[in-house]
Amino acid sequence: MLNLGYRKGSMSTASSGGVSDQFPAGLRVLVVDDDPTCLVILEKMLRTCLYEDLFEFVMSDAFLLVTDWCKLPLRSVVTKCNRAEIALSLLREKRNGYDIVISDVHMPDMDGFKLLEHIGLEMDLPVIMMSADDGKNVVMKGVTHGACDYLIKPIRIEALKNIWQHVVRKKKNEQKDLEQSGSVEEGGDRQQKQAEDADYSSSANEGSWKNSKRRKEEEEEVDERDDTSTLKKPRVVWSVELHQQFVAAVNQLGIDKAVPKKILELMNVPGLTRENVASHLQKYRLYLRRLSGVSQHQSGMGNSFISTQEATYGSLSSLNGLDLQTLAAASQIPAQSLATLQAAGLGRSTAKPRLPMPIVDQRNLFSFENPKLRFGEGQQQNLNNGKQMNLLHGIPTTMEPKQLANMHHSAQSLGSMNMQLNAHGDQSGSLLMQMSQQQSRGQILNETTGSQVPRLPSSIGQPIVNNALASGVLARNGLAENGRGTGFNPVSQSSSTMNFPLNTTADLATTSFALGSAPGVPSITSKGMFPEEINSEIKGPGGFIMPSYDIFSDLQHHRSHDWELQNAGMTFNGSQQSNSLQSNVDVASSVLAHQGFSSSQSNGQGTNISAVGKPMFSAGDATDHVSAQSLGQPLNTLFAENFVRVKTERVPDSSLQTTLFNEQFGQEDLMSALLKQVGFSLYINFKCWVLESCL
Amino acid sequence: MDRKQSQLQVACARRSLFDQGYLDDQFIQLEHLQDEANPNFVEEVVRLFYSDSVRMIQNIEQAMMINKPDIDFSKLDDCMHQFKGSSSSIGARKVIKECSKFREYCYAGNIEGCIKTFQLLKQEHATLKRKLETYFQLVKEAGLAEST
Repeated sequence: MLNLGYRKGSMSTASSGGVSDQFPAGLRVLVVDDDPTCLVILEKMLRTCLYEDLFEFVMSDAFLLVTDWCKLPLRSVVTKCNRAEIALSLLREKRNGYDIVISDVHMPDMDGFKLLEHIGLEMDLPVIMMSADDGKNVVMKGVTHGACDYLIKPIRIEALKNIWQHVVRKKKNEQKDLEQSGSVEEGGDRQQKQAEDADYSSSANEGSWKNSKRRKEEEEEVDERDDTSTLKKPRVVWSVELHQQFVAAVNQLGIDKAVPKKILELMNVPGLTRENVASHLQKYRLYLRRLSGVSQHQSGMGNSFISTQEATYGSLSSLNGLDLQTLAAASQIPAQSLATLQAAGLGRSTAKPRLPMPIVDQRNLFSFENPKLRFGEGQQQNLNNGKQMNLLHGIPTTMEPKQLANMHHSAQSLGSMNMQLNAHGDQSGSLLMQMSQQQSRGQILNETTGSQVPRLPSSIGQPIVNNALASGVLARNGLAENGRGTGFNPVSQSSSTMNFPLNTTADLATTSFALGSAPGVPSITSKGMFPEEINSEIKGPGGFIMPSYDIFSDLQHHRSHDWELQNAGMTFNGSQQSNSLQSNVDVASSVLAHQGFSSSQSNGQGTNISAVGKPMFSAGDATDHVSAQSLGQPLNTLFAENFVRVKTERVPDSSLQTTLFNEQFGQEDLMSALLKQVGFSLYINFKCWVLESCL
Repeated sequence: MDRKQSQLQVACARRSLFDQGYLDDQFIQLEHLQDEANPNFVEEVVRLFYSDSVRMIQNIEQAMMINKPDIDFSKLDDCMHQFKGSSSSIGARKVIKECSKFREYCYAGNIEGCIKTFQLLKQEHATLKRKLETYFQLVKEAGLAEST
């Protein structure tokens, strides 16, 4: 093997050194200098500072963002080489083997600028030139030849500290280029390709699929990689699939109990070592911690996630959006499901406003997403245009005091309500919520068997909004919490949450429902849905966001169970059915159940139909009640009808859902709400897909 | 007592290398790079420099041996550039100074100046070698004293 010969002769790889083995993430640097002294010093400096700085970097928030744009290798590897010619052949052999090149200007066999030129033409890597020569002309020559930096010898460690920025910048730019030039087909092709050969996830990111020439080279690179893997240090590329396997294994074990050895056994991937897994696990844990840590700023993060969705793969798959991504990558979606995906995307972004984010921003988010998912524009437009905004804005206006009072009344007539969520394969935590309305304040008794479900403060109710609504909010939050507790299903459960307010206020119902159907962090939703009076209230629950998010991300790993959970989960026991509100609540549950139902159907599981059936039934009840209450909202009926229909048809697939959606009645808010609902169930369907295809 | 003394000795020797202008900041950079993974990093680099500079000095001498009209100053300059780069990477301040002078004579096409400077350069180069060897010896002894 030629490669080996070089290694023996005039170059060596530094990764065997003590420090570099522990790199949590790193750069692959090729250093070219004919001066052995400089080479040794540079290598040591790089190893020292790349370790320190990358470690800090990895610990920082910025790292998450950066890993979106580009896959940084798990380890820093400094390869040194004393001849430009050798450097070139190394680069040609391992086309994706290096992230950055640092080259001396004066070299006997080839001018550094010549090397720079070659690299620029052939592999487009960031190149840093260095020389003892600090003449303006030479520096200028470096710049004009395309060097990303010019370092004057003697190189100081400070100068090397931030060289990763060049790599990040380069990859980011490539990303941008790709986004600009990539059409839908291309994107699909790329993703498909990626799914086919797992090894490619990182290289695909770099946009190399754009032309066939590059692709060919990539293929050659696989061989290279295979070859080199027989050498002492195989590099593991954590492709989407590999990562999914990893996540599945971790889920199976439970994140706390997952140890590299067990994971490795479960994954059963030849060539993968315990060290590989350990390092990935470390990164993954870090990621989870980070994710929960930044949940406060989730809006911002969400933004970035969405923006980089196309480029981000496996590592972030625990986010909803990324599931989309993964699915797309797996390319198992027919055109129709693409629409689904679209809808799901929508649903997801509707979830965004729940975050403490102004509504305007949300819109931005939307338009942001538009270009990303290029499918089903029309539908998205539909959802996008005004409706949603109406929805959001509409809520506060519909919240009139009178209605509130009304609600209050009905709320009082509500004795107590027992909601039980049956949940959890792995981490079973059932939440028992009792809302008693004897007092003017909603009280929630929150019993959690699952350790991860945080307790709700028992009284968050506010005089203004009062009983029903307040309790609704509470209940919702509780539910939301529970939803997360249940596992991967925060989506559906959050929607169930939403359904609570829906029932309490006729008007609100729609809106909240719609919002509810959007997946995400449910507890914040309340902000978007209720007028300011309630906001103060919600601040209480707002505290949950953090822990709940934590759970959320944690539980993501339990995906495999989640769907069943969902089906099983939504059993609402209205203890006093006689009450109007009560029945309304049942509507909510039916909605929920329905969602669970449809998803299960599409999954081909449909395990829990009986559980579904019951709430369905009471949904009918609810309808009667609501109309009787002269709230004058055809909306409820509509809802109920829809659900019933769904129930009877039993196999709601996405198309069916859409029909439902098409049948909507005049009310705009309602419509959008329904739309949202549709989007949501589509989303769920879609999620099943994801699960099926990924796990 | 003995340990303290040897440590003091090392510190003094090191100090004087800087004070007398033999070394510059770059040497400190090297010292910073020394860690558990490479406990003798500075010494190793200095040794590498000296073993490699034998080759470079030969190259330069060969380039200067040629009859005066045929002297390729740009090649000479290249060689010296490399030598300078190498010297600067260990912080051999006085050697670097001579290198710079040498290159100026190269630009001027003054081979006599080059030859004269090169003699000085070699002297500085040798002096530094001696001084550093003494210094590393002291460091080693101090290390031994510490471990016993």
